[in-house]
Amino acid sequence: MGPLIVNEIISDNTNLFLAFLIGIGFGFVLESNGFSSSRRLAGMFYGYDTTVLKVFFTAAITGAIGLLFMSLFNWIDLSYIYINPTYLWSTLGGGVVMGAGFIMGGYCPGTSFCAASIGKLDGLAFIGGMIIGVLIFAEGFPLWQGFYEAKFMGAPLLSEMLGASRGFLTLLIILVALGMFWAGEWAEKKFARKDYIKND
Amino acid sequence: MNPYLGGVLLGLVLIVAFWVSGRGLGASGAIKSVIVAGVDTVAPGHTQSAVFYKDYLDTHEGPLKDWLVFQMLGVIVGGFLSGAIAGRLKWKVEKGPSVTNKIRLVFAALGGLFFGFGSQLGRGCTSGSALTGMAVLSLSGFLSMAAIFGTAFGLAYFARKLWI
Repeated sequence: MGPLIVNEIISDNTNLFLAFLIGIGFGFVLESNGFSSSRRLAGMFYGYDTTVLKVFFTAAITGAIGLLFMSLFNWIDLSYIYINPTYLWSTLGGGVVMGAGFIMGGYCPGTSFCAASIGKLDGLAFIGGMIIGVLIFAEGFPLWQGFYEAKFMGAPLLSEMLGASRGFLTLLIILVALGMFWAGEWAEKKFARKDYIKND
Repeated sequence: MNPYLGGVLLGLVLIVAFWVSGRGLGASGAIKSVIVAGVDTVAPGHTQSAVFYKDYLDTHEGPLKDWLVFQMLGVIVGGFLSGAIAGRLKWKVEKGPSVTNKIRLVFAALGGLFFGFGSQLGRGCTSGSALTGMAVLSLSGFLSMAAIFGTAFGLAYFARKLWI
């Protein structure tokens, strides 16, 4: 029966209303896990607070497992789920530029809005910067359009590339994530800081 | 909140998004929609001639009638509600112990500029490309996750004065 919008179970306007409600859930969960704090987000890269890593990978695993089971029970048709396309150079290049922005700014787009919503002025400054960054990209688009569209590979799944089933890849990701959770717990003890109180 | 519980809850929100709309969560796409709408209002002639805006307007019926725009409005409300319940609403500049407010704000804006640019180049940010992309097992999701987090880890040493 899902996705509801593709199967015309709900109208376009209901879909937008549900987007608003889903956003409330998204923002609430992010904020209550401390994603509104740039020091917590940056902490992942110095090891003193790896909450973000734990939340992020637990969410990705939950999402992947959830989709598999919903497909198994015929609650959702996976062929209607949007798969992000791969343009090899711009996917990697964009990621590198975003990584640089992450370590300088301490936020990513979603978390900066969360931060601003509770009054963080550095979150607002980040949003201001983002607007300029998107405008630069839009205005200079002809300059990087070639790079942006280069090496298009369609929308492959990693499981297809590896010749594995979705279930097997999901299991593999769970094992990798468990290893990272262990490393995260270890890092928080080793790199704990006196000037930073970690509270869950 | 326990981070693993938080992750499961975030994953459930993501699943609901898939079930309703067939797409996961996102953030940078909403910013793009708002900017295209803004530029289209201020300089409609420009958006008809510049490729980036024109492509977007040709493929969307109204830039603000967009799933991610409504979802991001929800994020602001949800973040505010969580902060209000936990007593975290406060005007504040958050920073590491060894930088001034001014430096922090300059780097926050600079970081935003890079992230904004990169999110357009990479067709999505941490939410839409890395998290959602990984949950659907797309190759680009894993590549963008590795590139974002790998680069931030790689540059962490050079940015350490900002945070520790």
